[in-house]
Amino acid sequence: MVVFVPTHLRSYTGGSAQVEGRGSSLAEVLADLDGRFPGFRFRVVDEQDQVRTHILFFVSGTIVRDLQRPLPANAEVTIVAALSGG
Amino acid sequence: MTASQPVRFAAPVATSKKKKPSAKSSKKPARKVSASRTLLLVGTRKGAFLLRSDGARKRWKIDGPHMFGSMVHHLVLDPRDGKTLLMAARTGHLGPTVFRSTDAGRTWTECKKPPAFRKVPEGKRGRVLDHVFWLTPSTRDEPGVWYAGSSPQGLFRTEDGGVTWAGVDGFNEHPMLPKWTMDEDGGGGGTPDGPKLHSVIVDPRNPRHLYIGMSAGGIYESHDRGLTWKSLNDGMATVFPVPEGEINYGHDPHCVVLHPAMPDRLYQQNHCGIYLLDRPAERWTRIGDNMPRKIGDIGFPMVVHPRDPDTAWVFPMDGTDVWPRTSVDGKPAAYVTRDAGKTWSRQDGGLPREHGWFTVKRQAADEGAPVGLYFGTTGGSVWASSNEGKKWECIAEHLPHVYSVAAVTL
Repeated sequence: MVVFVPTHLRSYTGGSAQVEGRGSSLAEVLADLDGRFPGFRFRVVDEQDQVRTHILFFVSGTIVRDLQRPLPANAEVTIVAALSGG
Repeated sequence: MTASQPVRFAAPVATSKKKKPSAKSSKKPARKVSASRTLLLVGTRKGAFLLRSDGARKRWKIDGPHMFGSMVHHLVLDPRDGKTLLMAARTGHLGPTVFRSTDAGRTWTECKKPPAFRKVPEGKRGRVLDHVFWLTPSTRDEPGVWYAGSSPQGLFRTEDGGVTWAGVDGFNEHPMLPKWTMDEDGGGGGTPDGPKLHSVIVDPRNPRHLYIGMSAGGIYESHDRGLTWKSLNDGMATVFPVPEGEINYGHDPHCVVLHPAMPDRLYQQNHCGIYLLDRPAERWTRIGDNMPRKIGDIGFPMVVHPRDPDTAWVFPMDGTDVWPRTSVDGKPAAYVTRDAGKTWSRQDGGLPREHGWFTVKRQAADEGAPVGLYFGTTGGSVWASSNEGKKWECIAEHLPHVYSVAAVTL
């Protein structure tokens, strides 16, 4: 599936704004991305497996916080870094 | 991301010929003046900056920002090899990590396993690391070993130069830690931008011997590389009422320093005063009582003379009323003691005479002769003195909020 990467994380993806992710849940997709882009996951998910405060995952347009929820076929994942100013 | 030609800032500390510090030293520093260049490592809310001086420490060149946009809480050069930089960083959105550079900051590589708390079972409250606040290299007897202190309060260790980090379980899992940090209800019990573990000190004579400070939480000591800990808070005032005499936890040290030439001497700038402790004694003496009453003895940073155990500097702030934490009366000044806190002298030459509402969280000293002193403000200025505080000059302004200042004599 396509994963849209915010500018904040493109230092990990070699500057790519979208990458291919593999997995049937966000947890699996993040594990896949972390394998290819080491360090990626911990920047967006904490050590208690919770999505970080100022990170949002949109799955085909809907916010998803449960990393284990099955992803629909042909899902698009958009990572948004939101609402941390100053 | 490694450079083809390794760059070294400074000659590494000798591994065999360097004389280890003695427990006691009464030698006063030589008053000779010698040329030495200084590298300042400045961490800010929006990145890091490297400031390099000429031999007179009068002219400075600024290099940066490094890791632009990241909150850099600490940036430290490894004195054992003179080239490895570790940077504690996070951004407003992204989680905390540590970056390494071995080419004078030209390139940075993220560590492979950053500091993180232990994962807890579902349904239990686990701690989440907000940022790495402090970095300390161990002694030359332990090359590659560093410690990291965090917010919320945690202690981490690496044995491979900062590539992979693990929690110091003897501290992070200590059953008394929630009580020590006033966090029994999960409320955090800390400072406005998060409670912190700072001032990780490795005894230069024995790397098994550690001290740490926590704001809030107090000062603790380990003799076994962090397996077990004991409180070291006797004699310190608290911000909260103590119903029955003193308690030995929950205090609020802001900065603790071990004197390198007299490693049994500790200085401390606390939320509640300035203290000194000569080990093996365990009761702190409030040497801040000897500060001028109208100035008080509240502040964040404290630095020591690299060779004279009786000389130390503080940068007092206004801790009255609603705690504005600015220079008292808008007149910034350092204060120096040259007799281990018995007397203090004001040093404000070159600093604003009025309307200088500085908030100074970080301060540093180099190893030059005379000693160079440095401090950074939350307003983004860096000030320097090349003559032990007699005269100050602003060497950088309009930087972001300064989070850390470290000085290296090249």
